[in-house]
Amino acid sequence: MEWIQQIVNGISLGSIYALIALGYTMVYGIIKLINFAHGDVFMIGSFVGFFAITDWNLGFFPALLLSMTVCSILGVIIERVAYKRLRNSTRIAALITAIGVSLLIEYIVIYFRGAQPEAYPKEILPSKSFELFGAKIDSQSLYILLITIVLMILLQFIVHRTKIGKAMRAVSHDQDAARLMGINVDTTISATFAIGSALAGAAGVIFGIYYIKIDPLMGIIPGLKAFIAAVLGGIGIIPGAMVGGFILGIVEVIVSALGFSSWRDAAAFIILILILIFRPSGIFGKNTREKV
Amino acid sequence: MKSSFKKVLVASILFAGVLAGCSGGKNSSGGNSSGGSDDKGDTIKIGANLELSGEVASYGQSISEGMELAIEEINDGGGVDGKKIEVVKVDNKSDNAEAASAATRLTSQENVLAIIGAATSGNTIAQAQIANDTQTILLSPSGTAPNVTENEDGSINEYVFRTSYIDPFQGTVAANFAANELGVKTAAIYSDSASDYAKGLAAAFKETFEAAGGSIVAEESYVAGDTDFRSTLTRIKSANPEFVFVPGYYEEVGLIVKQARESGVTVPLMGADGWDSPTLIELAGKDALNNTFITNHYSSQDPDDKIQEFVTKFKEKYNDKSPDAFNALGYDSIYLLADAIKRAGSLDHEAVKDALAETKDISLVTGVITIDEKHNPIKSATILEYVDGEQHFKAKIDPE
Repeated sequence: MEWIQQIVNGISLGSIYALIALGYTMVYGIIKLINFAHGDVFMIGSFVGFFAITDWNLGFFPALLLSMTVCSILGVIIERVAYKRLRNSTRIAALITAIGVSLLIEYIVIYFRGAQPEAYPKEILPSKSFELFGAKIDSQSLYILLITIVLMILLQFIVHRTKIGKAMRAVSHDQDAARLMGINVDTTISATFAIGSALAGAAGVIFGIYYIKIDPLMGIIPGLKAFIAAVLGGIGIIPGAMVGGFILGIVEVIVSALGFSSWRDAAAFIILILILIFRPSGIFGKNTREKV
Repeated sequence: MKSSFKKVLVASILFAGVLAGCSGGKNSSGGNSSGGSDDKGDTIKIGANLELSGEVASYGQSISEGMELAIEEINDGGGVDGKKIEVVKVDNKSDNAEAASAATRLTSQENVLAIIGAATSGNTIAQAQIANDTQTILLSPSGTAPNVTENEDGSINEYVFRTSYIDPFQGTVAANFAANELGVKTAAIYSDSASDYAKGLAAAFKETFEAAGGSIVAEESYVAGDTDFRSTLTRIKSANPEFVFVPGYYEEVGLIVKQARESGVTVPLMGADGWDSPTLIELAGKDALNNTFITNHYSSQDPDDKIQEFVTKFKEKYNDKSPDAFNALGYDSIYLLADAIKRAGSLDHEAVKDALAETKDISLVTGVITIDEKHNPIKSATILEYVDGEQHFKAKIDPE
């Protein structure tokens, strides 16, 4: 049945969106900033993975780890240099800065290597296709899903079972109270950026392996869609980002499958508009009313 | 303290802006332009408005290489009637708006006799008005859409010409190949929704294929810049076509071919000259490209003397690289123009334009060319098959 193949396509696409969306949602949860530069951290992750695999001949897992590490560090640098000073400014100032950082990263990459795309080598993850209920499924899609699930379980573990995770939850709940409790808010925020960016880096490598073609401006559209996924699930809520990512991936594929492939991108943005009109706090969000 | 910092900041931003504005103009005309821009005298000044960066940079780069070889040959032989050719290159970044502004710069600032470009139909059409208005010849080496030279109301763009054949011919050749040579009865079309080129090809293919008795079972389109085509390919697969026509540009086609094979579409795939780029093979991989065909302007394996002579000279200049169709078209464009200048006997724009329009039976690398009344060459097309990542000559189709 063709629709099984479509669902598999949707889940692979959704995994990438979910991994990026997690970074958006974690950062928003903790400092109420929509980090538009996140899509470009994803792009850097993709390129680091590319160079690790082609120039240094690393295998898939070392390349993945290297990419995640580099993106972590990049995320922390961005936070320290650009966003830290603006913690007490208006949210608009921080937002504009985020857009600025995004453009900066994109065009620095273009300055140094030009805007032409690169092609990831094929067969990094074994690509065997096999039949499942009549649908042709590529083993790459399954690997991607597996890696995504492992990373998400790891994230849940960090957030709920470690001290730093507890600190992250505390700071996102109430920054001042957390500080009064002796939590180092600066370190916690940096850790949040580090973890979120690492996930984006992983998403970048996965994207490169699955879609082969990478270029400096590749982070814009997936970044926006991941943001939509985060809003869909409830921005600031981690399971929400995961669910939102998968839903968005599947919806996009269904729209294509029904024959409206030119409307794929539009579908994502229509979802954003609908969610903001009808349920702005997202699927998992709670409608918090300001109590006077 | 704070307000003086703000003033310094604002001042430096404005200053930087002024600097950026000044250098912007100089950067783009990265070519060798002599100070006295005058095309009387002993040089023939032409412009090249090509996609040297961006989505279809492969075409522009190839055309540029072909042009350079031709210009070198002509200048070494003394030039055209004793005058050497000089070219000013501008990069239109594979973008319509940039192509138009580059054309404006070439015509009003550099005062060129002719502009060679662009590689794609869309970018050439963007320059047509400017060429007509400034009476500058616009010769596209590879823009194949009919509306480059012929407008919708039937009028012909006076100063616009091309070196390649047009898409209705290409699409027809592909459809006849599919119906007669491959013997398929059902086909699907998966084309680029935004390009004149792809839409024209798809329309020509559909018309001829259906006239030959075939039926189109699926017609889908993608958006340029997309990277995920699997869901649509799965949809195409479920319609069970025996053949899929994918008339697009290499960046998307490379991914489409790869994902098609992964999604279980094993039937022959065919496209047109837009596939011709080394990037296609990088993106798709050699295995995925087996059992795919393209219509193209020439084949470097064609045993014809003129072609082999060109291949040898090209390999000598460019490090043993085998010339692709865009190299050949760039080369031919220069020779086509040089021939017209010789016949016109002067560098007067209108005289050269008339001579170009009267071109008859000139023997070039990509075929024997006669320019018809619509400024389109009447010449043959070549069909190539991809075997193990290499283009193999399959057939040559002459125009009726």
